[in-house]
Amino acid sequence: MRPFSSFAIVLSAAVLLAACSSTKLDDKAAPVESRASTGAAGADPRAVNTVNTGSDPLNDPQGILAKRSIYFDYDSYSVKEEFRSVVEAHAQYLNSHKDRKIIIQGNTDDRGGTEYNLALGQKRAEAVRKALVLLGVSDAQVEAVSFGKEKPKALGSDEAAWSENRRADIAYQ
Amino acid sequence: MNRTTRNLTVLALTSLGLAFAPVSQAQLRVEISGVGATQIPIAIAAFPGEETAPLQITAIVKADLTRSGVFKLIDNNDTLSDSSTVNYANWKSRGADAIAVGSMQRLADGRFDVRYRLFDNVKASQLSALSFGTQPQLIRLTAHKIADDIYEKLTGIPGIFSTRIAYVTHTGKEYRLEISDADGEGVQVALRSTEPIISPSWSPDGGKVAYVSFEAKKPVIYVQNLVTRQRTLVANFKGSNSAPAWSPDGSKLAVALTRDGLTQVYIINADGTGLRRLTNTTGIDTEPRFSPDGSLVYFTSDRSGGPQIYKINANGGEAQRVTFSGSYNISPRISPDGKVLAYISRREGKFQLYALDLTNGQEQRLSDTVKDESPSFAPNGKYIMYATDSGRRGALAVVSIDGRIKQRLTMQVGDVREPTWGPFMK
Repeated sequence: MRPFSSFAIVLSAAVLLAACSSTKLDDKAAPVESRASTGAAGADPRAVNTVNTGSDPLNDPQGILAKRSIYFDYDSYSVKEEFRSVVEAHAQYLNSHKDRKIIIQGNTDDRGGTEYNLALGQKRAEAVRKALVLLGVSDAQVEAVSFGKEKPKALGSDEAAWSENRRADIAYQ
Repeated sequence: MNRTTRNLTVLALTSLGLAFAPVSQAQLRVEISGVGATQIPIAIAAFPGEETAPLQITAIVKADLTRSGVFKLIDNNDTLSDSSTVNYANWKSRGADAIAVGSMQRLADGRFDVRYRLFDNVKASQLSALSFGTQPQLIRLTAHKIADDIYEKLTGIPGIFSTRIAYVTHTGKEYRLEISDADGEGVQVALRSTEPIISPSWSPDGGKVAYVSFEAKKPVIYVQNLVTRQRTLVANFKGSNSAPAWSPDGSKLAVALTRDGLTQVYIINADGTGLRRLTNTTGIDTEPRFSPDGSLVYFTSDRSGGPQIYKINANGGEAQRVTFSGSYNISPRISPDGKVLAYISRREGKFQLYALDLTNGQEQRLSDTVKDESPSFAPNGKYIMYATDSGRRGALAVVSIDGRIKQRLTMQVGDVREPTWGPFMK
């Protein structure tokens, strides 16, 4: 038994050596191939794009998925056209990552009652939730909640602060 | 009249200061303005022996009576025990229609024997006599009970000085649900959190408070036993859970949930079982409140466009609109006798406290502040506490239901919001 396994190791070492030498041969031929592809339109059939396990488009600070806030007009509870692409990007991500869940947190400015504003914040969160569900996202992946006027991002009693707080945030769980 | 008012205010602040200085953890400062339509002139003589107690009991009684707005305190330097003979004619000539006397004596077991008597100088007769065996830490409560007795014997209406209030403070990153006496003294912390706490609501027996906590990163309803600290999770459905209000028998809560879409009113048992949907619209229905007899639920709804107040049978059915003036009426609260609806109305950009007499439809504005919220009736129905703004910070205010007497309670640091007045307790 022992002599046989020693033989197997020697054999695989030989295969590895053969592989190394063939790589060297390819390297020498590379400039020729490169010249041949110059000027050809379309995808480079030899292009290599890296996939890192553990990397997620969600974590790309430059990507559209980094946009997690949807702003609303005064006394308005519908998702504006300019946030369509953000909602669609999150819908696409959630549809291809069925294990991911989000909470949509609705917010209001500080004018008016605590509980009524909580209900208005819910209306904003619900508008985003409905838009996602219409784009095929499963109900089980989305929860719409409201913070009302209780967790303002901007403090102050002017239009700048108010408009910053008329917002729904997408929070991944 | 103006001068009298000012003097009363100064007197009230002075006696508060004197009374509370020794154990001062006072976080709320009280300011009073206005007086009742009629004021009963009363003299409170110093109780012999009260100087040996940690708190001056008559100072607390005087502060309570002054704050009510319905008494005029007759200045005196007399010390009269409950066994003294009262010279009615003399007190009548000094302007006092009534006089309270009493005594305080430390007992061998550390308690204080507190005795008090109330006399009618006009009819030359005794109106009341009470005695208490009081633990030193309950002297403030005994003082409030004496003030309650004086108020009730002279006005015919139960006093609310021994009742408590709950409210939420926000300082730095900390939110606290606090319980204090109705005058803002004797503060105790029921809940501390780094996330918001809103909509506290006292159980009818005064032993528990229902509230909404954001500690789970979403609004969830809890009931907390104030004595045992036991917390019961009453509603944690998908979406937001808010606006708890107790049924008069304490067995159920009306709540606002979003489990089926937008905010709607539901009824749930106080232990979190037996959920039943009460309202059924595609818009917002929230802020439910039971009528005192439990038969109706008042609530805020946007079914007609802007928010208005509606009522519905507690078993369901068709809702009826209650408010018609103004385009934004929220936070309905029903008086203990069921006859007055208090609410917040937005008119010309100001959010102010209004009262609607349900018997004749007459509406009255009760506040002159502009960012009012969360009204709450005193259990005797004579005062309404609400949250307002004081120099960009949250403060509490109290107004009599005729709008004449106003008090403001401000914290030295941070915001104070979401007041709720507790019930009468045995």
